[in-house]
Amino acid sequence: MNANVSMTADTRAPIAPPHATHKFALLLRREYWEHKGGFLWAPLVAGGISILLTTMAIITGEVMLRRAKNAPGFGDSLQINGQHLQVNGLDLGMITSKLTPEDIRQLGGAIDASLLVSSVWPYIAMTFVVFFYCLGALYDERKDRSVLFWKSLPLSDRDTVLSKVASATLVAPVIASVAALATMFAFLLVVSMVVMSHGGNPVQLLWGPASPLAIAAKFIAAVPVYALWSLPTVGWLLLCSAWARSKPFLWALTIPAFAGLFVSWFDLMKVFNLESTWFWKNIVARVLLGTAPGSWFNVASFGHMDTSGPQVVNQAITLQSMYSVLATPNLWLGVLAGAAMIVAAIRLRRWRDEG
Amino acid sequence: MNTFTDRNHQGAAVQDGTVPVISARGLRKAYKNKLALDGTTFQIQPGRIVGLIGPNGAGKTTALKAILGLIPFEGDLNVLGRDPRTERDSLMNDVCFIADVAVLPRWMRVAEAIEFVAGVHPRFDRARCERFLAGTQLKPQMRVRELSKGMIVQLHLALVMAIDAKLLVLDEPTLGLDILYRKQFYQRLLEDYFDEQKTIVITTHQVEEVEHILTDVMFIRDGRIVLDAPMEGVGERYVEVLVNADRVEQAHALKPIDERALPFGKTIMLFDGVPMPQLQALGETRTPGLADLFVATMKGTYA
Repeated sequence: MNANVSMTADTRAPIAPPHATHKFALLLRREYWEHKGGFLWAPLVAGGISILLTTMAIITGEVMLRRAKNAPGFGDSLQINGQHLQVNGLDLGMITSKLTPEDIRQLGGAIDASLLVSSVWPYIAMTFVVFFYCLGALYDERKDRSVLFWKSLPLSDRDTVLSKVASATLVAPVIASVAALATMFAFLLVVSMVVMSHGGNPVQLLWGPASPLAIAAKFIAAVPVYALWSLPTVGWLLLCSAWARSKPFLWALTIPAFAGLFVSWFDLMKVFNLESTWFWKNIVARVLLGTAPGSWFNVASFGHMDTSGPQVVNQAITLQSMYSVLATPNLWLGVLAGAAMIVAAIRLRRWRDEG
Repeated sequence: MNTFTDRNHQGAAVQDGTVPVISARGLRKAYKNKLALDGTTFQIQPGRIVGLIGPNGAGKTTALKAILGLIPFEGDLNVLGRDPRTERDSLMNDVCFIADVAVLPRWMRVAEAIEFVAGVHPRFDRARCERFLAGTQLKPQMRVRELSKGMIVQLHLALVMAIDAKLLVLDEPTLGLDILYRKQFYQRLLEDYFDEQKTIVITTHQVEEVEHILTDVMFIRDGRIVLDAPMEGVGERYVEVLVNADRVEQAHALKPIDERALPFGKTIMLFDGVPMPQLQALGETRTPGLADLFVATMKGTYA
């Protein structure tokens, strides 16, 4: 046997020298590979479905409009600035010419609002994806024992857990934002076609008054706020994921919920001169709802807002209001708590012995 | 073989055969209701293939987990000059392990597994890995969950063998595989991987299959090492004798550690450290198989 060994040892090719590694990049890619369905496809599909539903609604509307037009007693009457416009079908070109600057402004606000609504679906998908991703990130690998494979490689528990944090707080929201933008522009295209089919000029009527690029910039600008604001939730879910022997979802939900009930029942917050709602809002909600973008609305300061029209929706999401969150202790205390729970999760992953 | 001298810079002392790859003294690990390691003490020298063999629950896997720094424990343990409890991250550059057949992540594709290991392990040789896989039915786009157990192990072995590690730990690596895959597994390991600079530690129940490739054997029972010997030493120390019916009394006087009756009045007895001439007088002698030795040593474990 030994002779055999040394003989083949001489004939086999020499082993390549040690090479550079890109551990963190690979860890991120590994999370993406595993969760491509959640990170990439879920927001895209959610956006696609919303576009599909919008298109169907528009087609239904068109059909009904045509039917109504052919029905007896139909007067195509639209009232703009007190003037009756008798239009056959819907002549948007004519409407446009009658719009005042104030109307255009209002129209722009309305379109922006509908753009935001259309792009909200990818974010809703992401909210759930990130929640369940965190909950499974350190649990599934223990359950299927693949943790032993990951641990057989020179990867520290710190880097591994941090790669999961980065996937949840940066990779997922960036991809979801791109999906949201794609949805938004698809929505604009669909509406543009409708406008054109009615003789309107989409540039004048849609792209001009609305501010899709500004909205796009805001989506991207929101990512860092999201990352920081979601840390307590991400940390808590990862901690449950690393700790629970089974059913991490149940633990993650029931512990804060029962803590909240307990606090409310005995009115414990009175000790600190606070209402029980404080606990629900600042503890329970922060560890459970943080993966929803915009869940920081409570603490953002909006300054003066013109609430006299649909533009209020877009105005509420200004850079100032978003970044005002960064100046609140709520955010940074949450970041600290999240970081502490992530450290705990790293330690648990390091020493957990599943037998 | 000597074209890559730089890879062993901190292991130079280990290479000359005086410094053990693993040295454990007084390891203790208690689980809720039993001691898994109870003062376990042993050393493993470089360039050896060591079988760590014991009945279920004897502490084999616990010992391996301690070596790999996966669990906390008490006692002194030094693996390649490091303490696995505190220096695990750097230790894993030099140590590889296959824990079980089914630990490769099921969602992963073959190509992804290769790319991942290549990206995180400085000693992984992608070309080597691909060469090992060339002879199999594995295709880059296949997912682990689509593979049979035997193919998963082929993949895992190819990944591990392409890593130029100093210590390879195998915990029941062939459990649940058919005989073709099992034979192929160990043959691969010997022909394409093992050399005098590497050390392999194997735990397994399938004693018969590994006994021919082992250089050393350790029996573990109730968290203690009860036998620790090179394979040649086993042959010198333990002798199996086919005793004729008329010599049984005489043989009993030499205190065999185990005996079992054969049809036609003959008895096979196993002796520990009895001089050869004395035994040859009793009947035909031979070196016992590891399995027989194991059974004799572990008698009463489950009683």
